[in-house]
Amino acid sequence: MTTGAMLNFDKARIAHYGGPIALVAILLFNVAITPNFLHPQTLFVNISQVATIAIVAVGMTLVIATGGIDLSVGAIMALSGAMAPLIFLSPYAEAYPTIGLTAAIGVPILVAFACGLFNGVLVSVFNVQPIVATLIFFISGRGIALVLTNGNLQTFTNPAFSYLGTGKILGLPFQGWLVAIIAIAAWWMVAHSTYGRQLLAVGGNERAARLSGVPVRKVKIGAYVICAGLSGLAGLIVVAINSASDAARIGNLMELDAIAAAVVGGTLLQGGRAPIFGAILGAVIIQLVKYTLLANGVADEVALIAKAAIIILAVYVQQARRE
Amino acid sequence: MTHLIDMADIDKAFGGVVALNKAGLQLEAGEVHAIIGQNGAGKSTLIKILTGVYRKDAGAVRIGGQETSISTPREAQDAGIATIYQELSLVPLRSVTENVMMGYEPRTRFGLIDWKEAHRRAGEILQRFGVDIDVRAQLGTYSTAIQQLVAIARAVSLNARLVIMDEATSSLDDQEIETLFNVVRELKRDGVAVLYISHFLDELYQICDRVTIMRDGQTVATHKIPETTKLGLISEMLGRDPKEIADAGMTALSGHNAEPGEVLLEAKSISTAAGLKNVSVSIRKGEIVGLGGLLGSGRTETARALFGLDKLRTGQVRWRGASASVGSPADAISDGIGFLTEDRKREGIIPDMSVRENMTLALLPKLRKFGRVDRKREKELVEDFIKSIGIKTTGMEQPIRELSGGNQQKVLLARWLALDPEVLLLDEPTRGVDVGAKFEIQSIIRDYVQRGLGVLLISSEFEEIVEGADRIAVLQDGYTVSELVNPGVTEEALIAAIAHHHERRAA
Repeated sequence: MTTGAMLNFDKARIAHYGGPIALVAILLFNVAITPNFLHPQTLFVNISQVATIAIVAVGMTLVIATGGIDLSVGAIMALSGAMAPLIFLSPYAEAYPTIGLTAAIGVPILVAFACGLFNGVLVSVFNVQPIVATLIFFISGRGIALVLTNGNLQTFTNPAFSYLGTGKILGLPFQGWLVAIIAIAAWWMVAHSTYGRQLLAVGGNERAARLSGVPVRKVKIGAYVICAGLSGLAGLIVVAINSASDAARIGNLMELDAIAAAVVGGTLLQGGRAPIFGAILGAVIIQLVKYTLLANGVADEVALIAKAAIIILAVYVQQARRE
Repeated sequence: MTHLIDMADIDKAFGGVVALNKAGLQLEAGEVHAIIGQNGAGKSTLIKILTGVYRKDAGAVRIGGQETSISTPREAQDAGIATIYQELSLVPLRSVTENVMMGYEPRTRFGLIDWKEAHRRAGEILQRFGVDIDVRAQLGTYSTAIQQLVAIARAVSLNARLVIMDEATSSLDDQEIETLFNVVRELKRDGVAVLYISHFLDELYQICDRVTIMRDGQTVATHKIPETTKLGLISEMLGRDPKEIADAGMTALSGHNAEPGEVLLEAKSISTAAGLKNVSVSIRKGEIVGLGGLLGSGRTETARALFGLDKLRTGQVRWRGASASVGSPADAISDGIGFLTEDRKREGIIPDMSVRENMTLALLPKLRKFGRVDRKREKELVEDFIKSIGIKTTGMEQPIRELSGGNQQKVLLARWLALDPEVLLLDEPTRGVDVGAKFEIQSIIRDYVQRGLGVLLISSEFEEIVEGADRIAVLQDGYTVSELVNPGVTEEALIAAIAHHHERRAA
């Protein structure tokens, strides 16, 4: 009896502090093993790479909190990433750079919102299973992006747009700040807004929420729209970092990274919880594991296996938490 | 004398909650035996022990005099027990023959399925029951009744000695029911026993030989059907003795009422796809209107229709005399209507949220301040309700799932009271809570009614309705059949009203 209670206690503790412990462990491991790990350049590289996963993971966390899932995030990234250069490289935008730049950022994000609206309506109005509903854009989104660009790699020089991916504020990458702002805004929304409360209620018990007058459809659509919008933004950042847009590669497998980050961060797949900072932590852990393996000369394929191991561990810890 | 089935002194508990207490059941070959009881009386638990879905804690099951321990549904089937569930366990996309012969197909010399022979046998089996259909067609193209008959045919072809029918008629129309009854009579002639579970008492008198009544996990009595009356069955099911009714205690719901005010919410001849045929009921300011009736009579469905959950087919719902277009719970709530649902776990609590978040869920739109939840007001309000209705909790941040049933119910009641509603629809507000909490919940309701709240009360405890309600609308099979007005209503009178109409309709 006592042993059981102690075991449970320990499990609960691991569940609670698992993320931070894992982070510290990876950091210590890297300090000891990886050459030049404490160099500022390492920090910049990791921040700029983790930013896109983290931004999408925030959106994914909101969707999962409603009890859904969004497989289309990677494809939406590709779509928005393919559109931006098309817009600012057009003759009109060359003539009016400011309008061109605004449109190059605004239009792709609006299109992403529209994709999210489509997903949300399918899920909440037509009661299509989220995994099937978002599979539509998962498949077609990248296709549309490839058609738009004829499958060509678009390269460009546009310092203003590239600021999204290469700019620095107070010496730290611009997209790092963006992640911080988005995370704080999303956290505030979940913790303090009526929408956030309703979001968690829908995920926690949809029938009870509906019977209490919560506009379940709108709440769900909102989550998909936000998630898609954030994916669109992430797509722009990827293009800005590379100064090139390759519709076939932008956001490839991002859905899996984002889901993994959310799960590692403590989001329950059945919904009802939205630990935003947990998702950020999850994204950082996944990024660091990838970096660690890469920096130590381990093949990319092996990194994928390591990622799977992290997810299994996170799910195991979640099971412990539910007891 | 050897019974076909003899279950004796069966005990079963689920995590400390007693479901069966020395329950028993005897079935003879060739009889149609009904088993009746309120929800939670233990009928399905007893049957699931017989069919190997659950394991008994104590007691004995004898089949043909042999003590047996059936621990899987497959073993039950091998012992000759077949169960026809309400939801069929057949394969709608395969042919009738395949469904009948599945697992027992005749083979040719080469080990392949002999389809010609299979179709012939399937047709033969079905014809015994007067079902003449194309056995090569997909099962799913036939009506539910035919599918049910196919399920029975399959059971019989497997040499069933006992066929259990669980609510078999609930989705059938009158003619289909008649066909099913003919099959039951046919089975009887062949010496097969039928165990029949139904909420419709009329059906018992049409085809059953004996009836076993269960209540609170115990077998109350077994009677020969011709020796019973519906009134007798109903009072045994409810455990109410006419003498006992006379000196029954008061519930905290009762109390003298001032004259009720104007009509707030009114249903006029409404019908819905959920089973309401023609229901009219009105709720006035400052009164409790009870809905009387047996399980399946349409009580919860009436509340659902009034709350905008089920679309009306005909009739109308009027709010304060004007035709209301109650299209969703959100509309109803903004009109000032609340609905405390029967199923606390599935339709009430958000288990992982705190007492505070659960209590203010319906109130959120009113707590909104620039998109933000007004935490200060929220906390004051929750604090007030915890005190005023006595919710036992370690604090408003405690997850609601950790509270006892009675305290969860109080939080849910507060969820609606916080809205300052004009009408509350209460579906089994005191089910599954202990006596103390029950009394408290009743007092809270009465208190609000005296201040002008209109209440629609659904309760399986007739005492609660008889003593609590100012008027009682009696429902039967989706119709409102009569109205009783307090003071002067007795439990006996209510039971009589329900049974009387049953008898009149059967006649």
